[in-house]
Amino acid sequence: MSVRYALLALLSEGPKYGLQLREEFEARTGEVWPLNVGQVYTTLQRLERDGLVESDDADTEGPQKGFRITAAGQQDLAGWLRTPSDVSSPPRDELVMKVLVALRVPGTDVAEVIQVHRRYLVELMQQWTRIKEAEAEADLGLALVVDAELFRLDSVIRWLDSADGRIKRAATGPINPAKITKLRNRTGIRP
Amino acid sequence: MSVLEMRRVSRTYGQGATEVHALRDIDLEVDAGGMVAVMGPSGSGKSTLLTIAGSLEDPTSGEIRVCGEELTKLSRNAKARLRRRSIGYVFQDFNLLPGLTAAENVALPLELDGVPARRARTAGLQAMEQLGLSDRASHFPDQLSGGERQRVAIARAVAGEHQLLLADEPSGALDSANGEAVMRLIHAACKRGMAAVVVTHDAQLASWADRVVFLRDGRVTDQTAQPAGPESLLGPVQ
Repeated sequence: MSVRYALLALLSEGPKYGLQLREEFEARTGEVWPLNVGQVYTTLQRLERDGLVESDDADTEGPQKGFRITAAGQQDLAGWLRTPSDVSSPPRDELVMKVLVALRVPGTDVAEVIQVHRRYLVELMQQWTRIKEAEAEADLGLALVVDAELFRLDSVIRWLDSADGRIKRAATGPINPAKITKLRNRTGIRP
Repeated sequence: MSVLEMRRVSRTYGQGATEVHALRDIDLEVDAGGMVAVMGPSGSGKSTLLTIAGSLEDPTSGEIRVCGEELTKLSRNAKARLRRRSIGYVFQDFNLLPGLTAAENVALPLELDGVPARRARTAGLQAMEQLGLSDRASHFPDQLSGGERQRVAIARAVAGEHQLLLADEPSGALDSANGEAVMRLIHAACKRGMAAVVVTHDAQLASWADRVVFLRDGRVTDQTAQPAGPESLLGPVQ
């Protein structure tokens, strides 16, 4: 989660104070991501150093100090919004590694390993759904955040389901190309 | 009070070498107001579990009680009455009658149960109103969108005094917004005291349930624990 760009986005609406930025950040993200004041000011200092925001007066420190976005900041923000995050190389996913390793460890029931993770993920999804049920109807930011989490967790469960099925099929009778060729020769069926 | 109680329920198809154990020793209890999701891969016995719980099919062995009545001890007529009065069904393909309007589809099970036509219609319209379907009452199924048809099917399942809702992949091929709407409706019906069993392979739907039961090769292999409060998810920004 990029706090830096979230702050730039809030400043693109107009000049704001540090404390105000923190409050608005939390409100817009459905209060799912609490942010401490220290984090806000360190980020603002870096943005100022990079020429992306300007502050009122170097002398007034603290909550009364206002910040505004610069032209360079506007440009940087617009560029960031349109730059896809790097997802081209597969992440080294610990869960994928666990399932691969489980296949190699003698005496391990891979289906059971998969189920432990599946249950945990479904329990997490139940908690997110409770949040959605209770509040998301009225809070667009929160609904978007919760949906993102639900879709992410759901995709992991789908992978587990697919892995489960694939491993089961591989165990009950591998269909290898040699077998199919043999079968074709015997039955006379052409592909 | 448990609305549905299944004890050591098994279902076998075929004999000898071709014998298939669709369900083995299933224990499942759902209380009034409770919502249970049953997840599992296709062929795991999910739909069989639902048809047996709904008395649409008999088990090979085991006991099933719906609203305190033991199904194996009921006559065919008594079972049919129990189905009409106490159980609402939602199927994947909606099962609406094409020659009847939405409101007539919703009121039909009540009328079949002997509720006077006018009262059945009022109860039906009430259920449709709760699902935001008032302006669709006189439309025929083919004049409704997929999402609307599914909501009509749910209105039919929750109209009257049904105590048990059985749903098989209730969001069918609906998009995620309509799928969520369907689950909100079922969840709301449970809050009003209905018990529900929802069979699905979709974790997003299942996550609306209080408890998720996992089925594999006809057995219950696992279930979720009571979920922790939402506070546990709200951590600081990384």
